[in-house]
Amino acid sequence: MNVLKAHKISKYFYEPEKFQVLKEVDLTVDRGEFLSLVGKSGCGKSTLMYVLSTMDSQYEGELEIAGQRLTGQDQNYLAAFRNKHIGFVFQFHYLLPEFSALQNVMLPALKLNNLSRQAIEEKAYEKLKMLGMEDQALKLSSKLSGGQQQRIAIARALINDPDIIMGDEPTGNLDSNNTHMVFDIFQELTQTFKQTIVAVTHDENFAQKSDRVVEMSDGRIVSEGKKKRAELNIL
Amino acid sequence: MLNSLKLSIEIAKIHLLSKPKQTLVAMLGVTFGIGMFVAMVSLMTGLNRLTEDLAMTSSPDIRIFHDITVERKSILEQVNENGTNLVYHQKPKNESLKVRNAMGIAERIRLHPEVKGVSVLLNSQVFYNYGPVQLSGIIAGVDIVEEDKLFDLRSKMKEGSIENLITNQDGIIMGIGLAAKLDAHTGDRVLITTPQGFTKSLKIIGLFQMGVGAIDNVKSYASISTVQTILGEDKGYITDVNIKLKDYKQAKFIAPGFQQSFGYKAEDWETANATMLLGVVIRNILTYSVSITLLIVAGFGIYNILSITIHNKMKDIAILKAMGFAGKDVKQIFMIQSLVIGLIGSLLGLLIGFILSYLISKAPFDGGDVISIDHLPVNFNPIYYIIGIVFGVLTTAIAGYLPSRKASKIDPIEILRG
Repeated sequence: MNVLKAHKISKYFYEPEKFQVLKEVDLTVDRGEFLSLVGKSGCGKSTLMYVLSTMDSQYEGELEIAGQRLTGQDQNYLAAFRNKHIGFVFQFHYLLPEFSALQNVMLPALKLNNLSRQAIEEKAYEKLKMLGMEDQALKLSSKLSGGQQQRIAIARALINDPDIIMGDEPTGNLDSNNTHMVFDIFQELTQTFKQTIVAVTHDENFAQKSDRVVEMSDGRIVSEGKKKRAELNIL
Repeated sequence: MLNSLKLSIEIAKIHLLSKPKQTLVAMLGVTFGIGMFVAMVSLMTGLNRLTEDLAMTSSPDIRIFHDITVERKSILEQVNENGTNLVYHQKPKNESLKVRNAMGIAERIRLHPEVKGVSVLLNSQVFYNYGPVQLSGIIAGVDIVEEDKLFDLRSKMKEGSIENLITNQDGIIMGIGLAAKLDAHTGDRVLITTPQGFTKSLKIIGLFQMGVGAIDNVKSYASISTVQTILGEDKGYITDVNIKLKDYKQAKFIAPGFQQSFGYKAEDWETANATMLLGVVIRNILTYSVSITLLIVAGFGIYNILSITIHNKMKDIAILKAMGFAGKDVKQIFMIQSLVIGLIGSLLGLLIGFILSYLISKAPFDGGDVISIDHLPVNFNPIYYIIGIVFGVLTTAIAGYLPSRKASKIDPIEILRG
């Protein structure tokens, strides 16, 4: 089953001069798939990810996530959609520094407002516990180490049980220990919880260990990669 | 909707509390502006009210009198209407200041629905002689009971009572400043000399104090007949008809009608005290220009602080947007911050303004010879506190809106991509 379907995505940059970054990119992602997007700097992989994540709506082509067509929707709709269906993990963790770890994790759920505050807090603790961070819950996020912050960010990405997690160089700013740890978390999420993950990465090791490696070059997908895990076909 | 507001308030609160010093500085800007506004406007309107009160004390709402400076046509122009006439240096006619049929006019005015009271009187320049001292001043012949209805003379008596004037035909009630200059006391007799050369000895039977040097230092009251006698005029000689209205603000609209119907000059209190009331206008201009300047400065402070905050929080805004906060949510978060700063700052400002006003109202102030006050008049009208808080919140809302809107338009991709 497809969680994400992109059809003929093209995008242009107009500064400093007109330049086609994405050239009719087609991509489908299955549920529970851990997909790495690789390629040289400037090949358009980050640009593609921001289009796929709905944050960038200036493109041609069509995008569908979780069965909903997102092309041509307005910003407010897309914001609400991201809140419910997409979790983000960025290179520089991007937690809100004045908020505690717990508050950071709770924020997207408070915005979604499907559960009571108490239920949200319990759920946030559950996610933190899963990532081994429950004892840091009440610390200010700016007081945590880089690896800890990234784990909080992952917990935050998971809080609304999104259909897909988007990672922009999720291990780009971490040492090898923490990189391993983040990778293991991702793998566990996909294997145990059937979480779909799309991550842009430079890290060859990280990419090779994921389920599928999609390679981009010059605005096109040059290699679709192979699905590694047999159980994906069953789903 | 309500949930999103609650969440915005929560985030705004954390932002404000995480930088307490910055928040406080922004608040103090508003506090200072509003505090100064309230203190200034309270004092200035207090002074304005005092000025108006003084103007009301020294003149009736409308005064009808024979204005001899009214231009008149020369006889030549009256006879030879269509010819070319040249008349140089026409001297004023020997006209009497008398208002003819004053009693009749008074009766007719009494019937006007806006009129509260009417009194007739005659005013004259006189010299007061007491021992070797000779002072020029004014004597007013009045029906003291009617005059009391108009000006509440009873409450202004320092010695004696107004009834003494009814029983005592050669008595006068003298301004306290004038009596002091003459060094005369109640029971003393002073010699009155009119410009026409009549002289009469009158007994001081009371002293009054209006609180205005311009009256207390020159004026005395006597009965109408006494003044008519010393002026050597007949019983119908009246120079002024004083009118008190139910609403003194109406004077300038009603006066022209009276002037037209009776053919005598009808002067409203605002015209009579134009120079005094000019101060009111100047004080108002001063108050509002200084207050608005202070508020604009406070507004710029808030604009600055919020702009800096938003600049420092670009990443946070981008991540909020990625997480699903819409532009309007982001705007809401920062608008709440500026409104909280504005509201708390303004409330503190009202408090500071009240304390300042209170201190001013208690500070001793000597009005000297001109006005008899011992402290500055301060107006504690709550309307200025309401204006203050509305001004304060409005300024901060405007100052906060621009950076907030900018924040709502931040493109998260530019920031997240680094």
